[in-house]
This record gives sequence, structure tokens and C-alpha cells, in this order.
Amino acid sequence: MHELGVVFHIMDNLEKVAEENEVKGISKVVLELGEVSTVIESYLQNCWKWAIKKRELFAQAQLIVEQLPAVTYCEGCGQTYPTVQYGKICPHCKSPNTWLLQGNEFNIKEIEVY
Amino acid sequence: MREVRVLEIKQSVFADNDRQADLLRQDLKERGVFLLNLMSSPGAGKTTTLMRTIEALKDTFKIGVMEADIDSDVDAQTISGSGAKVIQLHTGGMCHLDAEMTRQGLAGLQTDDVELAILENVGNLVCPAEFDTGAVKNAMILSVPEGHDKPLKYPLMFTICDVVLINKIDVMPYFDFDLEKCKEYIRMRNPNAKIIPICAKTGEGIEEWSKWLKEEVSRWCMTK
Repeated sequence: MHELGVVFHIMDNLEKVAEENEVKGISKVVLELGEVSTVIESYLQNCWKWAIKKRELFAQAQLIVEQLPAVTYCEGCGQTYPTVQYGKICPHCKSPNTWLLQGNEFNIKEIEVY
Repeated sequence: MREVRVLEIKQSVFADNDRQADLLRQDLKERGVFLLNLMSSPGAGKTTTLMRTIEALKDTFKIGVMEADIDSDVDAQTISGSGAKVIQLHTGGMCHLDAEMTRQGLAGLQTDDVELAILENVGNLVCPAEFDTGAVKNAMILSVPEGHDKPLKYPLMFTICDVVLINKIDVMPYFDFDLEKCKEYIRMRNPNAKIIPICAKTGEGIEEWSKWLKEEVSRWCMTK
């Protein structure tokens, strides 16, 4: 929902990294995106294409998004299950006492620079 | 061919904002300013609730309000009639405020004589939940017409809030709003959230809410 805003956050972060590492340009940015984070990849890609034209450091930067599956943990039976398929209720024991183990990540994994 | 190297970053996109938010909180602590971040969807009653809150606490604390919107100054106009100090922030199209924008807002508000600063965030249940503003406490308002299922649909917002105000309880008979279900859904996401049913229009529940806020502000300012 706020893809353009987070694109600028990513760029701000990476501009600092570039400065610290004497980087001339960034050719690739790899992100890890959880399946149930609030960011939509296709929107993110569109915003990225628009934003890289505004900042020289990113002019040739390709955006790679690696999806992380969402997994929920059940306190009732101690098992895990795929979040998107089953939601909040554990498919093994029907307990509603569940929490997200993984899937809301939004990380900058690595960048390729020159 | 140009030489290419790979730098491992391994940090959350939000890490930088989280750091700035922590710095801002530290700063506020030293200066004895309590910042409340008030969130809700558009039309849930943030401004009306704020008017009631100011009325209840204006003799206890010096209050400053930051109104954040994409455009217009209608909310700041409304608040300026309350006696509290107010400024309008424009986010320039952004759907939320981050810690740096909040810091700039506080500088604009000039908080030297302010004990309770309130940020009325952009009306939105998604994005503001992800960006720590540097506030000491987060509060959100869920209004009856929105429905009791919202804690299930916007879990992060309910997870990060210290208080949930359920507003417009006077119109409950006209909506299929189940207050007990709503509380149950909020507790599923956040067992520690304080839940206070209010009606900003009639003033119902405002006493309990302002009592909570008063205690939090006093504790924060006393231990500086």
C-alpha cells in the first residue's frame, strides 16, 4: 500500500551504504519479502522503475525480490502450518492461539555494486 | 568489463527508521515531552476524540497537536479552537509519517513548553502501523460503523497499539457490531492492549481514556 514510500526508504538506506563503501553505482538490489508483508511485489517493481530515474546511483539498478513463505506456529499443538492457506485457526488442532513465525519480513538482502 | 562486487546488507527496510524512532524517544525523555501517536482509518473520529481529550486535560498539561494529512488544514483549524497549540503537517502524498518527519513536526511545533504532544497520524490502518514515529505510546480508534472484524483484517495495527478506543458506541444499535467479539479479536492479536469503549460526541468513556493518558504522561515526565 505504501510501495513508493518504502522504495525511497530503501534508496535512503543504500545511499548511506554506498557512501561508506565508495560505490559508484548499484547494478542490483536483492530484497527478501515475506508472503504476508504489506508490500505487493508488482507495485514495488513499478515504483522502483519510476524512482531509479530520479537518483543517479540507482540508474541501472535491477530489483530482485525473493519471496519468503508465511508460516504460522500453533501454541495449542506446537505444530506449524502455511499461513495463507489456513489463516489464524490451526488446521491440526483447530486452536486459535497461533502466531506468525515467518512471513512479514521486508529485508534488504544484498546489493551488487561497481 | 567493469568490476562488480556484492555487498551483504541483511537489514530490515524499516531498521533505519526504527533507529531514528528510538533516538527521538530518548530525546523526548530528556526533554520531558510525552508523544502520543493517534491512528485510525479516515472518519473514525480522531479529531473529535482529540477535542474531548484536550478539554479533559488542558488544565493538567500543556498540550501540542500535530495534524498530519496528505492535504488541507481543516483538522488544524478545528483543533485551534480548543486552546491547544497546533500545527498542520502535509505528508506530500505519503500515506504515513516516519520518525524523521515526526522529528521535523515537533521542531515546527516548538515543544519547549509542551508536556503532552499528540500526533494525529494519516487516516489509514495499514502503513502507519509499520513506521515507528518515535512516540511513547500508540493509540488507535476503531469506530462502530467500521465493524468488529477489523482486528482480524488489520492485525499489525492492533498488535502495535497500547490502547484501542472503540468510538461511536452510541450508534451500536444500528449496526451489527458485537463489542465482545471485537474485544476478543483485539486480545487475540494483542493480549496487553487496553480497550476503552467511548463516544467522542457525547463524552462517554472519555474520563477513563483521559485518566489512562494522564497516568502515562505523568509517569514519563516524572522519571526523566
